[in-house]
This record gives sequence, C-alpha cells and structure tokens, in this order.
Amino acid sequence: MEPINIVKSVYAPLDRKNVDTDQIISKEFLKRIERTGFGQFLFYHWRFDKEGNEVADFVLNKPQYKDAEILIAQDNFGCGSSREHAPWAILDYGFRVVIAPSFADIFHNNCFKNGILPIKLTEAECDELLEQGLQEAQAIEVNLEAQTVTTPSKVYSFNIDPYYKEMLLNGWDEIALTFKYEDAIAAYEAKRVVFE
Amino acid sequence: MAKNIIEKIWESHIVHREEGKPDLLYIDLHLIHEVTSPQAFEGLRLNNRQVRRTDLCFATMDHNVPTKNLPTINDPIAKKQITTLADNAKEFGVQLADMGHPDQGIVHVIGPELGLTQPGKTIVCGDSHTSTHGAFGAIAFGIGTSEVEHVLSTQTLWQTKPPTMEIRVNGKLGVGVTAKDIILAIIAKWGIGVGTGHIVEYTGEAIRALSMEERMTICNMSIEAGAKAGLISPDEKTVEFLRGRRFAPQKQFEEAAAYWLSLASDEGSTYDVVLEIDAHEIEPVVTWGTNPAMGTGVSKAVPTTADYVSESDKQALKNALAYMGLEEGQPITSIEIQHVFIGSCTNSRLSDLRAAASVVKGNKLHPNVKGIVVPGSHSTKKEAEAEGLDKIFTAAGFEWRESGCSACLGMNEDIIPFGERCASTSNRNFEGRQGAGARTHLVSPAMAAAAGIYGHFVDVRQLEKQEA
Repeated sequence: MEPINIVKSVYAPLDRKNVDTDQIISKEFLKRIERTGFGQFLFYHWRFDKEGNEVADFVLNKPQYKDAEILIAQDNFGCGSSREHAPWAILDYGFRVVIAPSFADIFHNNCFKNGILPIKLTEAECDELLEQGLQEAQAIEVNLEAQTVTTPSKVYSFNIDPYYKEMLLNGWDEIALTFKYEDAIAAYEAKRVVFE
Repeated sequence: MAKNIIEKIWESHIVHREEGKPDLLYIDLHLIHEVTSPQAFEGLRLNNRQVRRTDLCFATMDHNVPTKNLPTINDPIAKKQITTLADNAKEFGVQLADMGHPDQGIVHVIGPELGLTQPGKTIVCGDSHTSTHGAFGAIAFGIGTSEVEHVLSTQTLWQTKPPTMEIRVNGKLGVGVTAKDIILAIIAKWGIGVGTGHIVEYTGEAIRALSMEERMTICNMSIEAGAKAGLISPDEKTVEFLRGRRFAPQKQFEEAAAYWLSLASDEGSTYDVVLEIDAHEIEPVVTWGTNPAMGTGVSKAVPTTADYVSESDKQALKNALAYMGLEEGQPITSIEIQHVFIGSCTNSRLSDLRAAASVVKGNKLHPNVKGIVVPGSHSTKKEAEAEGLDKIFTAAGFEWRESGCSACLGMNEDIIPFGERCASTSNRNFEGRQGAGARTHLVSPAMAAAAGIYGHFVDVRQLEKQEA
C-alpha cells in the first residue's frame, strides 16, 4: 500500500450524515474479483440519474471539486455493509483522505489497510469546513506526521492511534508484520482448548 | 472480580499484547463467501502465502446465487465470482458448501445450523452481519477483505479491545411482538450510531425468554446500531440447540457445555455503557425511512419536521421521505406495498417461516402484491417443506425459492423495481438496497406476511384479536 503523509488539495464537501457503504458502492458493482476499477462507480446513484446522466448538483459533479483528494462529510461515515469495495472505490476515484466527526468501525479499519487516512474532527469543525467548502472550493493541507489540517485561515489538529499512524506513514504490509509473531501464534495454538 | 462474557472471551484469545499496539487476537472460525473473498485469495497467490488453518475455515455461496432455475446463472460476472470461490476453495483446501450442496445457505444461517458456531469462539467473516453468531455467546464481527486475507494467512487479527455496552430489555414482550421488533425498537430509540466502537451484550428477562433463532435476529442487527459485535450469554437453550449438531463437540459435549455455561457474564459484572428498555413499550415496528433507525410502531405515523430540532435532522427526514415517496404525518397503516420479501440472515430460519405461514394460512396475497419466500438454507427449506409450509405459501400466491441472500441486497436477479415498495424481513432499508429506486420497509415475518395479504401495513396484534 502507498505510504501517506502530506496531502494538499481542494476538498469535496459531502454535507450528509450516515453515508452508508451501499451509497458509496452499490451492490451491482461488487461482482468484480479485482481490487481496482471501482472509482467509476463511486456514489453511482447520487452521481448519475436513472438514464445514466450526471446529476448536476451532486457535489462530485461540480467542476470546482473535480480534483479533490480530500472528502469531508458528517457523522457516522461508512456505516452498514463491511464491503472493502467502499474504500477501494474512494481510493480509485482519487481520494486519499476522508474527514468526518465519526466513522463506522469496519469502514474505519478498512481505510488503514488501503492507505486512506480517516480523520476525526469535531462536529463543529466539520460543519465549519463543510460550510466554507460549499461557499467556495478551497485548498487545504493535511499533514499526518504533524496530525494537522491547515486551511488558509486556521489549523485544526486531530488524534490518531499511533499504531495505525505508523502503518500509513510507512505503507506497511500488515500480514508481513504479523508473520514476525509466528512463535507466539504457534504457542497459542499449542495450548488452545478444543473439545472433541 | 466479576467479569462479563466479552472480557472473558477477549482475554482468552490474546496471542500477543504490547503497550501501544492493538491486541493480536486468535480467530477460531472464519466463514467465507464469494463476494468479499476473491481479492483475499488473490493476495495469497501474489505473495506465495498459504491458508494457515484450513480446518478453521468454512466457505459457502450465498450473496450472488440465483434462487430459481438452478443451477443456471444468467449473469456472467456473478458466475465468475462463484466459480472463483469454488476454484479458490479447491486450490487452498478450504471446506466449501457449493451451490446445490445440502449444507449450502446464507453463511449466518448455516454456521449455527451445522454447529460450527459455538459459545466462546471468536468468529469473523467478510460480512457485517457476522454479529448474528453472537447469539451463542461468541465474539463475532464483520471484517473487510484485507482482514479476510490476514486471517487466512495468520489465523489472527490486530484488534483494539472495544468498550462494552449492556442493552437490558426488561419485562415481557406483548403478544404479536417479536425479536425483530425488539432490535428495531432499540435502533429507533437510540440511533444507528449508538453502538459504534462497542461490543454489546443483550441481557434482561425479555432476552432470556427468546429462542436461539430469535436471539440470532437480535444479534444480527447489532451492526445496524453501529456495534462491532453483539452477543448474549449462553444458557441451557444454547447448549440444547448445539447438542448433536455435526460440527459441535461429540465425545466431550458435556465438558464443552460446562465450559460454555461458565462464560456467561458473572453476577455484578460491569459495562462501560448501560442502556435499558422496557419490553412492554415495544409494539410491532415498521421502518418508514432510509436507515434502520427510521422506524416507528405500526399504530403510529411517519414523523413530521416539527418532531426534530436540528436543521440537519429535518433535512435528513425530508431526504428520506422524498426517496420513500411518503408524506409527513402519514399513518403507517396507510402505506400500500407491492412486494413482500421473507428471507435474509435476519429472518429466514424455520421459526420465521412458521410465523409468516401462520398469518398466511388460508389467505391470498393481495392482487397488487408479489411475494417471495427465500429460506435461509437448503436444510431449512427441506425442514419447512416437511411441515408443509411451502404449500401454505404457494397456495396464497407466494413464490417458494431456493436459499440465498436474495432480495435483501439484490445482487442476484431478485430485485424490487424502481419506485415500488417492499415489506421486507431483511435488515437494511438504505437507498437502493433492494434495487435502484426500491423502497424498503423493515418488519418482522408476521408483519410482512400480513401486509402482503392486506396490500398495506396492518397491526398483526389486531388480526390475532379478530381470530380469537
């Protein structure tokens, strides 16, 4: 996975709470057996109407947000299905950072496995950013090392679990790391209680 | 010191613990299906890795499988995903209940049925409804595909120990009120984010009174409250359910049973959060919106913007009603439906089919309504047929199908058409869940069956009064 530290980009303000993974990537696009190619289907039923035409007032279809690598939304982002196709679609579309007041657990976990940085800011801070971003697209800088989000007028700081921070900064393969604990796993298996 | 079941299971599964890191947790059972596993097996191949414990994995096909005209799969992409799982299972030596196999079914239905699901286990699957298995007193949770690959390779996961939550359901349920109504009422009361980051234990008189199948319905929807997992302490019902099941212990069953019962939360154990609800206040629930918390009692009405304080909540109501094609303040019983879906990992077990059949018996589907019944597993289907339930449904005009996830998420051909409305026993009413533009109302099996007969929602408690 790609390491991540500094991301400078405009952000797309998605002013919704409880964005579920069915909206992020709809079930008809889950049949691929690869990890790639899901970006074209991101938020499909919000981006396109029944006839397949772009919905003009959906945020990602507005030209000022086209190159956004940062997505900001409201509470409980990524709730529902465990489908990792959701972060795959977000990454493949071009986002590296998602900011929200809270995330659903499985989605949050899935981000760290794919080099996506999920940032929790307070609800008031997200509201402020959403409001500003909806008025005018603005470029901001996310710095994982420093744990900051910097806008032209303000610096926000965020917390992140140090274990996941290291993983993202280094782009580590978690499975390769776990293989270093082979002795501990084998020892656990030797004393594991199994009833016949 | 008194410990709750969550702490007991967690602590007994720690392979490695170190300051500043999540725990490395051992996984006892890994369930696998066709949609969230292909990229994980591909990852093993690319890195020249093996499945560490094929004996602790079990795979089946459920999400994509057709529920009629087997074994033909018309969708070539779905077919490829299904054959990919069969190929992967063969290549890596994983047990598989393939399409048409007597053990095939929805992964969360067959796990308990086969006795794979047992108290005290850590259970994972690339599916958020893995919480179902918590009904047996297991820590069971959904994971993404990267974690599926991690478990295949190492039989472990790095997990931060979550805070615990007790949801206590006091008192007795009224007649006609079911496990589905309990969990929908819990989610409606506290919201779809209430459990986020927590493992929930359901306790209280109303929970203890439930059968194992009803407990599975409750735990199944823990994820709809945002919880990482939901579970119920084992008791004699748990033990008796597992006795004689094929993958349950045989020679040492009594020793296993004693161990299982010892896992129940100790008297006086504590939780980080405690919520209480009175079973008396719960009535049959119908969801009216686009997430599972947007639900209310069948005797009530769709909310109005005046019921909400914040602008964002008012806007969420408007968005939901626009999608659902409903008016503010509209009585729930005035909502007309065109489809009934009885099935899914929430409500497709034998007791669910019996509950629906008891309402359907001797009646016909309303002329405007189409209905399908999709048993949760091949074996459930056979048991239901042995009792003649299939005949009751087909005589009323329902279609009786083969097992699978079906219209719960519409990955196969079982899709609700654009703008049409479905009374569904499934677990999610998100926009587009059952098909683009489809409108889903989550209800219990009896409520779904009754809506199918009347063409609109009705209170099953009134029907029972009339019959008495």
